[in-house]
Amino acid sequence: MDDKARKLAGIKQKEKTPMPEQEAKVRAHNFKEVPYGYTAEMAIEEAWRCTQCKNQPCVAGCPVEIDIPGFIAAIQQGDFREGINIIKRTNALPAVCGRVCPQEEQCEKFCIRGIKGEPVAIGRLERFAADWEAEQGEADLPEIAPSNGKKVAVIGAGPGGMTCGGDLVAMGYDVTVFEAFHASGGVLRYGIPEFRLPKDIVSRETDYLARMGVKFEYNMVVGNVLTIEEMREQGFEAFFVATGAGLPWFMNLKGEGLNGVYSANEFLTRANLMKAYDPKNYDTPTWVGSKTAVVGGGNVAMDSARTAMRLGSEHVYIVYRRALEQMPARNEEIHHAQQEGIEFLLLQNPLEILDNGEGWVGGMRCIRMELGEPDASGRRRPVPIEGSEFILEVDGVVIAIGNGANPLFIDATPGLKVNKWGNILADDKGRTSLEGVFAGGDIVIGAATVIEAMGAGKIAARAIDEYLSGEAGDWSPELGE
Amino acid sequence: MCLRRIPVTHNSGGLSLFEIVKKVVLRHDIKQMDILAPLVARKIKPGQFIMFRVDESGERIPLTMVNHDPEKGTVRIIFQEVGKSTRQLGEMNEGDSVLDFIGPLGKYHKMTGGKHGRIIGVGGGIGIAPLLPKVREFHSDGDEIISIIGARSKDLLILEDEMKAASSELNICTDDGSYGHKGFVTEILKQKLDESTNYDFVLAIGPPIMMKVVRDLVKPYGVPCYVSLNTIMVDGTGMCGSCRVSVGGEVKFACIDGPEMRGEEIDFVEMMSRQTRYVAEEKVSMERYLAKEGK
Repeated sequence: MDDKARKLAGIKQKEKTPMPEQEAKVRAHNFKEVPYGYTAEMAIEEAWRCTQCKNQPCVAGCPVEIDIPGFIAAIQQGDFREGINIIKRTNALPAVCGRVCPQEEQCEKFCIRGIKGEPVAIGRLERFAADWEAEQGEADLPEIAPSNGKKVAVIGAGPGGMTCGGDLVAMGYDVTVFEAFHASGGVLRYGIPEFRLPKDIVSRETDYLARMGVKFEYNMVVGNVLTIEEMREQGFEAFFVATGAGLPWFMNLKGEGLNGVYSANEFLTRANLMKAYDPKNYDTPTWVGSKTAVVGGGNVAMDSARTAMRLGSEHVYIVYRRALEQMPARNEEIHHAQQEGIEFLLLQNPLEILDNGEGWVGGMRCIRMELGEPDASGRRRPVPIEGSEFILEVDGVVIAIGNGANPLFIDATPGLKVNKWGNILADDKGRTSLEGVFAGGDIVIGAATVIEAMGAGKIAARAIDEYLSGEAGDWSPELGE
Repeated sequence: MCLRRIPVTHNSGGLSLFEIVKKVVLRHDIKQMDILAPLVARKIKPGQFIMFRVDESGERIPLTMVNHDPEKGTVRIIFQEVGKSTRQLGEMNEGDSVLDFIGPLGKYHKMTGGKHGRIIGVGGGIGIAPLLPKVREFHSDGDEIISIIGARSKDLLILEDEMKAASSELNICTDDGSYGHKGFVTEILKQKLDESTNYDFVLAIGPPIMMKVVRDLVKPYGVPCYVSLNTIMVDGTGMCGSCRVSVGGEVKFACIDGPEMRGEEIDFVEMMSRQTRYVAEEKVSMERYLAKEGK
C-alpha cells in the first residue's frame, strides 16, 4: 500500500484500531499489564487516521504541549525514532503518559476525527512510540544546553517533580530531585498498579532523566532532614515543591479502625511500592477479605478494586454514592473493572462498618441514595433515601475517597502560605509566598491527574528559568486565599 | 549563628551509606546498633523515629531513636528480634549496611518547655530504649525525673546504668522478681502517685498493654499522661494511614501527629487489635526466612 492508499484507508476507518489486551478472566488474577500495546503495523494503520489537519486542536488539549501531528506523521512513515524524539522534546515521560493520561479529556477530546466516529488513538500511539524505543536499547537523549552552574532543588520525585527536573536539566541547570521514599515515581510507583503501569517503565523513565543529568536523592524527607533555608546555604537558588497529596481521608465512620479497613493509599502502597502481591519474594504483608467493598468512584477506587480481585478477593464491590454517569474515574478504567467482574453498587453509601466480634470487619451498613439538586460541583447531589438501610456482607473495606495535603513539609517551612485545606498557595507560574520557591501538582490544586502535575512541572520549569535568568521582575505573586 | 557546612545528600563524605558502625548484643535477642546516617544524626531529636529497610525485598520498619552523635554522624537504635525483618537486621554485623534509612520522622515534642518540672518516666521492656533519650533531655533541662522501668526478668532488662545516670531516682521491676521489685511498673507508679500528685506529667513507653494500664491508673489522679506509639506503618510520612489510632473519636496518625501523644483519649483496645493485623502473614514470612537460611 502506498501513502495515498493508507491515507484513504485511514479516513475510511471511523473507529480506533482496537488495542489487543489480556482476556478479562485471565488478567483478573494476575498483575501483568492489561493492554499489550500496538504492533508496528497497527500503529501505522492508526497513525493514518490522523488527517494532519491545519488547526491541530489536539495540541492545545495537551498539558505538556506535545507536537502530536508531528509525531503521528513520523509514525505514518514508519520513522518511529523520529516519532519518539518529537514527543520527548516536550515530554520526558512518554511511556507513562501513553498509559495513564485521560486522553479522552485532553488531546483526543479535541480531535476532529471524534466528531464522526472515534478520535485518533493518540495515547496508544504515544505508548507505542515509547515502548518501541525501549525495545531498541538505550534511548536518544534530547538536546541539553551547556551547564549554567545554577542549582535547583525539586522536592518530590512524582510526575510533576520529574517533569520539572527533566526540563530544567535540558535548559542547563544543575538539578537534584529529593524524594522521601526509597524509589522514584511518586504516585506512579506507590499508587498506580503494576497491571496499569509496570514499575519497570517508571524505572526506565527515571534512568532516562538520570542520564540527562538529573540527580536523585532518595530517603530524603525534606523539611525534617533538610530545610529550604539549609538548602539555600548549600547553593540552591530555586525550589520546586511537588510533594503530592499524600494524606488519606477517612469518612469518620464507626468501625473505620477495624482490622480489614484500609485507606486506598495503604492498600495500594503495600501492593505496588512494597510489592506485597508477591509474598514469596517480598516481606511486606497485605491482606484481602473474600468480599471487599471499595468506597469511592475515582481511578484510585478502580485501581483498589482491581487490585483486591487480583489478590484473591472473590467478590469486589465499588460502593459509590452517585450514579455511574457522575463517576470521576476514566471510562476505560470503569470498563476494565466491569469486564473483570467488579460489581458496581451505585447510589449507595456506607454508614458504619460492623465488627465481626473479633475486631475485624463483619459487614458494612449502607443506605441507598437518590440524586437531588445540583451541588457546588454542578453534579446532582446524592440524598439518602429514608428507611433504605441494608447490610452489605463484606469482610474487607478500602476507603478511596481522596487525599488531603500532607502537612509534613509545610509545617517545617515557615512563611509558606497555604489555603484552608492546607494546599500551598501558588500563582499561575507556581510562585509561592517564599521567594525562589515554586510549587505545583496535587500539593497546590488538590488531588488531580498525573498529566496535570506534569503540566505544572513544565510551567514551573519555565518560570524558574525566567526567575534565575533575572527576567521575571519582582517576586510578587498574587496568591488569593 | 554561623552554621558549619552541612552535607546535602546522604552520599556525601565518601562513607559507606547507612553502615552499621557498632553493634552490641544487649540481651540475647535485643541488639543495639549505631548506624551511619550523618544527615539524620544531625537533626533527629528525642521521641522522633527512623525507618529502615534491610534490602530490596524488605519491609519498612519504624524504630525510635535511642541516641545520636552528630559529630560521628551516627544514629543509635535498639530493637528486639520479633519478626523476620528485625531478625534479619539482628544478624547483620559491623561493616554491613542497610539499604534505606529514613528520618527524622514524627513530631519532636519538647514536653516540659524547659521549665524545671517533676516528671515520672515509665518504661517497659524494649520501650526503655526510646524512654532513655527523653529522660536524658529532662535531666539536662534540670527537671526532676523519677524513672520506673520493668522487664519480664533480669536477663531481659536493658539500659539500667544509662537510665540510672539520667534519672533522679530509678525504680526497677521484674515480673518474676529476679531483680528489683517483683511485679509490674504500675505498682511502683501507684505508690508514687499515692504519695504525691505533684507531677507535671507521666510519660509511659512500652508494650501497648502497659501504656494502657498506666494511662488508666494515672487518669483519676489528674496528672497528664503521655505515651509513645509504635503502630504498624508503611511509609511513616502520613501517606498511608496504617498507623492510625482513634483519639477521642478522631483519627490521628502516629507517624505525623505523634509518635508521642496524650494518652487520655486513645482507644487502646482498638489499637491493640490493629497491632495483630499481620500476625499470620508475619509467621509465614519468618518461617520462609528461617527455611531459606537453613535454620
